Amino acid sequence: MNKNIAEFNDIVIDVLREVGNIGAGNAATALAKMINKKVDMNVPKVNVMDLPDVPDLLGGAEKEVCGIFFKLDGDIEGSIMFVLNTQSALNLVNLLMPREDATFDEFTVSALQEIGNILSGSYISSLSGLTNLNIQISVPSLAIDMAGAILSVPAIQFGLMGDTILIIENQFIEEDVAKSVQGYFFLIPEIDSYEKLLNSLGVTL
Amino acid sequence: MSTMIKVGMADLKVTSSPNVLSTLGLGSCIGICLYDPVTKVSGLAHIMLPSSKTIKNNSNIAKFADTGIDELLVKMEGLGANKRRLVGKIAGGAQMFAFSSGNDTMRIGERNAEAVREILRENRIPIQADETGGNYGRTIEFYADSGRLLIKTIGHGTKEV
Repeated sequence: MNKNIAEFNDIVIDVLREVGNIGAGNAATALAKMINKKVDMNVPKVNVMDLPDVPDLLGGAEKEVCGIFFKLDGDIEGSIMFVLNTQSALNLVNLLMPREDATFDEFTVSALQEIGNILSGSYISSLSGLTNLNIQISVPSLAIDMAGAILSVPAIQFGLMGDTILIIENQFIEEDVAKSVQGYFFLIPEIDSYEKLLNSLGVTL
Repeated sequence: MSTMIKVGMADLKVTSSPNVLSTLGLGSCIGICLYDPVTKVSGLAHIMLPSSKTIKNNSNIAKFADTGIDELLVKMEGLGANKRRLVGKIAGGAQMFAFSSGNDTMRIGERNAEAVREILRENRIPIQADETGGNYGRTIEFYADSGRLLIKTIGHGTKEV
């Protein structure tokens, strides 16, 4: 398959939005259970963006962000990445374990990997349930660096297919708006897996 | 007055002294900087993938090392550079996320760097500085007045080569 994802029709975008919705919904539920608090969620935004514009989503190519990356294996090969700005990352850890003046120390990093694991895991398990495909998720790998550098990872994979990238934006809201968490999921299937994924959802390109 | 010219992802630009070419947040991509010290013509390509040959959807020539370098040479010669005098500096090609069982997708930074070195060798362009690899992002500024390359990172210092 060598379809440019810009050519995705409305039905495909709707299906992917729904997948994003269900996946993120499960992730929000998992998060709520973990912190024993209600977590609200906005309807995810599914965007198809031009590659060079992607870092602007996170405040520019040089902005320091946190990326938590997982490989996918099984019927679908590829990866999933959860990216959030550093303030959202600290807010997320604070939801679970409130601390004064938290920084990116060992505790924060390890907590983020674990939270990322739960969020991405529930995302992938709902995708797996929807598609009836067996999808395994790897251990997390975390990086805190420039947005451009972190986002080059999904951008390159999408670059194999075209000049656009598919992004699912999620916002988890706690009662206190200043503490809300804005995160972006990038579902990054290998080329061959994209078609398989969409076919399993009853969509043909 | 020098102007700072931004080069985006899968993009390339050429200029001459005293202007500066810059690309922000290089990860696994490579910034290829070429310079003619006599005419002070400079070029910067921000490539994402090693080769256009294995990919059907390859209309964006600045995305690939092979077609990107070819186009950079044409544009620089258009500004008066002589290919025989060109020298190169490269940066980027990091592996942002580490896994013990690295498959080809994960090693893309390294494969990009290898492809760039090979193509520059074929074009007989010596590489004066090779700041590739590692697991961190880089912002680069390439000064056409001197050919110096400034590399900025988060937590890995600043370097001039």
